[in-house]
Amino acid sequence: MADPQTTLLKTCFYDFHIRQGAKMVDFGGWAMPLSYRGIIAEHEQTRKAASVFDVSHMGRLHFSGPDALRFLQHICTRDLSKAVVGQSLYSLICKPDGGVLDDVIVSRFDKYWLMVCNASNRLKLLEWFKANSTGFNYQLKDETMQSAMIAIQGPKVMALLDALLPEPVSSLKRYHFMTQSYLIAKFTVFRSGYTGEDGVEIICGSTIAQMALNMLFKQGRDVREAPMQPAGLGARDTLRMEAGMPLYGHELHENIDPISAGLEWAVATEKPFIGSVALAEIRQRGPEKRLVGLAVDGPRTARQGMTLWAGGHEVGAVTSGAGSPTLGHGIAMAYVQSVCASEGTALEIDLRGNRVAATVVKLPFYKLSKSSP
Amino acid sequence: MPSPADYLYTQTHEWMKKEGDILTIGITRFAVDELSDVTFVDLPAIGRKVAAGGTFGEIESVKATSELYAPVEGEIVAVNDALKKDPSLVNQDPYSAGWLVKLKTTVEPHGFMTAAQYDKVHNIA
Repeated sequence: MADPQTTLLKTCFYDFHIRQGAKMVDFGGWAMPLSYRGIIAEHEQTRKAASVFDVSHMGRLHFSGPDALRFLQHICTRDLSKAVVGQSLYSLICKPDGGVLDDVIVSRFDKYWLMVCNASNRLKLLEWFKANSTGFNYQLKDETMQSAMIAIQGPKVMALLDALLPEPVSSLKRYHFMTQSYLIAKFTVFRSGYTGEDGVEIICGSTIAQMALNMLFKQGRDVREAPMQPAGLGARDTLRMEAGMPLYGHELHENIDPISAGLEWAVATEKPFIGSVALAEIRQRGPEKRLVGLAVDGPRTARQGMTLWAGGHEVGAVTSGAGSPTLGHGIAMAYVQSVCASEGTALEIDLRGNRVAATVVKLPFYKLSKSSP
Repeated sequence: MPSPADYLYTQTHEWMKKEGDILTIGITRFAVDELSDVTFVDLPAIGRKVAAGGTFGEIESVKATSELYAPVEGEIVAVNDALKKDPSLVNQDPYSAGWLVKLKTTVEPHGFMTAAQYDKVHNIA
């Protein structure tokens, strides 16, 4: 096995993770913290209080120039012309056949557009953009290595940040952002996340990343006593699963289209883009399989690739699964034949040779019960 | 923390301790840390015969599902029923309260790693 410390990319917070005793893993070519104190503990802390996640591995691409919007409209499924400055939109990037190349968040700044993409897809996307650039006059700058990104998530986050940041952020609407200054440092706060909780994601230059982290954990104090606690990718995965959010490489990949994935709302087939013809067709005739949520009986965990059965026929396969810390039972996401996709359908999971009962349930498994923005 | 000196260790991260003809088996702290939070342990029925290197169960964590291997052949004479209620015992105390099964065997284990050898291979200090 190659030495992960020399071959993997490191975020600005690598030393922090090591100091905090995190278990590190290779994620999309980056050395990232899987967990610090335990996945379940970090999951529960996010649902009850506040967690800080290093998400600097995600790609940050800046588009500018006269045709930036026109090019983004060409490659994104979402109609970005509707975005106002200060707003972010979730979008897919598809191949001509509708297969998903990545899911991204595109934000409209005053002078440029920011695209946040998955770490494992960044280089593939850069190639894709280059190959599809003919006739578009725009500049693309990959800012991933020059910046850092932190997600701060949980019910106590907005109040804590309002007390901490120069300008309050609780007035931000969901999927909106603002840029603030602290001394000479500029950073942008987005009200978004990947946990199903309220919270923000912050992007800043790599030179001030350490200062930002010190500020969050109250410099000089023991991190373990801070009101926010670090959480790793393990908890991020179980949190996003409870929130019914897709993960590239699981629910999304190049052989699945966004309609089947339940992301029809993010596909604006009324505008032309790469994949729009294929997706309009799939939308019209209806997808053959659909992404569903499953409540799984018993204590065992369904895993990606396990097959699903109904009446002696194979009808689909699991894409993600976990024991839900919040719900206290097994959950999974799976693609099943559309006839088996309605709520309440009883299925069986082939769990390493054992048949385990599972029921199709509504996604998300966990929803914030509140009056949040 | 060094692994217990009075146990033997397999390459697949089981530990074993023989007392008379009873071999107690569990998994190592190193394996537990790799797995993260254990959520379920599938243990065999009492009386089941297992072959050397054969699987006797599975352990599931938040992260992954892994098979458990018997280091020598024998018959399952006890399983740790406490893990049904609280699988996290494996995380809390892998070398004692988190034991997995007891195997009745006439075979004397040999060719396994000592604690010092196991710790050296996995950089455990």
